[in-house]
Amino acid sequence: MENEAINIEIMQLVFAYIFVLILLTIVKKKDIGHQGEILLASFRMTVQLVAVGFVLDYVFANQNPFFSIGVLLIMEVFAIYNIYGRVQGEISSSLKKIIAISMFSGTSISIFFFLLIIIQIEPWYRADYFIPLSGMLIGNSMTGISLGVNHLVNGFKDNKKLIENYLMLGAEPLLAVKRITNRAFYNAVLPTINSMMGMGIVFLPGMMTGQILAGASPITAIKYQIAIMMGILGSVTLTVYFMVNKGSETFFNERKQINLE
Amino acid sequence: MFKLENVKFKDIIEINELKIEDNLVTAVLGPSGGGKTTFLKLLNNMISADTGKIYYKNRLIEDYDPVKLRRKVVMLPQDPQIFKGSIADNFKFTEELTAKKYSDDEVYKELLKKVSLDKNLFDAAEKLSGGERQRLALARVMLLEPDTLLLDEPSSSLDLETEEKIIDMVVKYARNNCRTMIMVTHSPDIADEFADRIINIEKGKIV
Ligand SMILES: Nc1ncnc2c1ncn2[C@@H]1O[C@H](COP(=O)(O)OP(=O)(O)OP(=O)(O)O)[C@@H](O)[C@H]1O
Ligand SMILES: [Mg+2]
Repeated sequence: MENEAINIEIMQLVFAYIFVLILLTIVKKKDIGHQGEILLASFRMTVQLVAVGFVLDYVFANQNPFFSIGVLLIMEVFAIYNIYGRVQGEISSSLKKIIAISMFSGTSISIFFFLLIIIQIEPWYRADYFIPLSGMLIGNSMTGISLGVNHLVNGFKDNKKLIENYLMLGAEPLLAVKRITNRAFYNAVLPTINSMMGMGIVFLPGMMTGQILAGASPITAIKYQIAIMMGILGSVTLTVYFMVNKGSETFFNERKQINLE
Repeated sequence: MFKLENVKFKDIIEINELKIEDNLVTAVLGPSGGGKTTFLKLLNNMISADTGKIYYKNRLIEDYDPVKLRRKVVMLPQDPQIFKGSIADNFKFTEELTAKKYSDDEVYKELLKKVSLDKNLFDAAEKLSGGERQRLALARVMLLEPDTLLLDEPSSSLDLETEEKIIDMVVKYARNNCRTMIMVTHSPDIADEFADRIINIEKGKIV
């Protein structure tokens, strides 16, 4: 029952933009505004996807470890800058460094474990597996870390007096902030846990939908979906755990004084 | 006990020379914003002086592990924070934070009596009034039996009568147990009545 997906003709695709026109008409008529933003978003989506399509097409046709690793690095860098952008307020350069290291090491470990031990792709850099699957792990870890960093930073700001009080009684800094780091960790992995809860009932996950459209049997599709969910869970756990623990140390100086500007 | 030499912290504190004796009660007076809280924080290394030297028991403060120092020199902040849970939880968490074993409830009850807090151990601490919270926070500090107590306005939310009673109690506790006590207060009367020595801090300087 494995068959090819229906190809969409360019003219049909152009027709799909009618949905953008509907949205534009509504916001204009109702004075909601933001037409510029909607146009920009549609435009960016189109250009970005076309570019990615051609790049991937080329990379898949010319399998090469440097391409796969190169794309991985580019995705990591984009993800890390995306996290910096999503943090409310300023963060210290040492915390930024921790975020980058956690993201990079946590995702790398889980990506290679996932691809080489669970899926067992061959060769190890096989781009049509390597790139999209890495992308999913990186994307989910990025969301996790963003949530974790925000909870961490706000937790420190909101509880500054309490932490100071703990220190004045003679608490070790990391013990003093244990509740904050634990909560940040939990909040960061919660979306992943929630999506596992609803998976298959509330929604069909994107990757599974894609595989079915591409002609895979639902049974094959769920096997991949289960595997990728585990991979995502592992990657989110590792990156966030790393970031929360090492990151909370950046709020103290070497004299164990709280350090919030 | 404490010795300060040419200590400067930002443009907030500037102390050329100061000694604070062992086993005595020292009161710190001075106008609001004068630097009293900052002064106390220098003594338990919650902040570090920009220049100058601070000694505790003839040893540079920066040579101590800060946490170990703070367990000997415990500070009660000006607006102490109450911890979640019951009054007993407040005591227990204090012990957890400082890697101590939990004491018997009797010990906690005894402390409540000392600070004249007529409450049950299992009452919610968050329901206490401002003055009651202050006394609970003082009891938490006494639970740790530190060598030195740094008290930042420990009686600011108490009425005159309770204030006298509490300060009298903690001063006696310090004297009977050979402890050093440094207490910021807004009340010259309290300072005169209880302190062996009074320090005045104005615009960051001892006057
Ligand atoms: N970390 C800091 N950085 C900059 N300025 C500070 C800092 N801490 C305190 N200050 C300032 O230093 C001055 C002294 O503050 P401090 O809290 O020591 O005064 P205080 O004598 O305890 O006053 P009060 O009686 O009102 O409690 C104030 O002007 C305060 O704004
Ligand atoms: Mg003060």
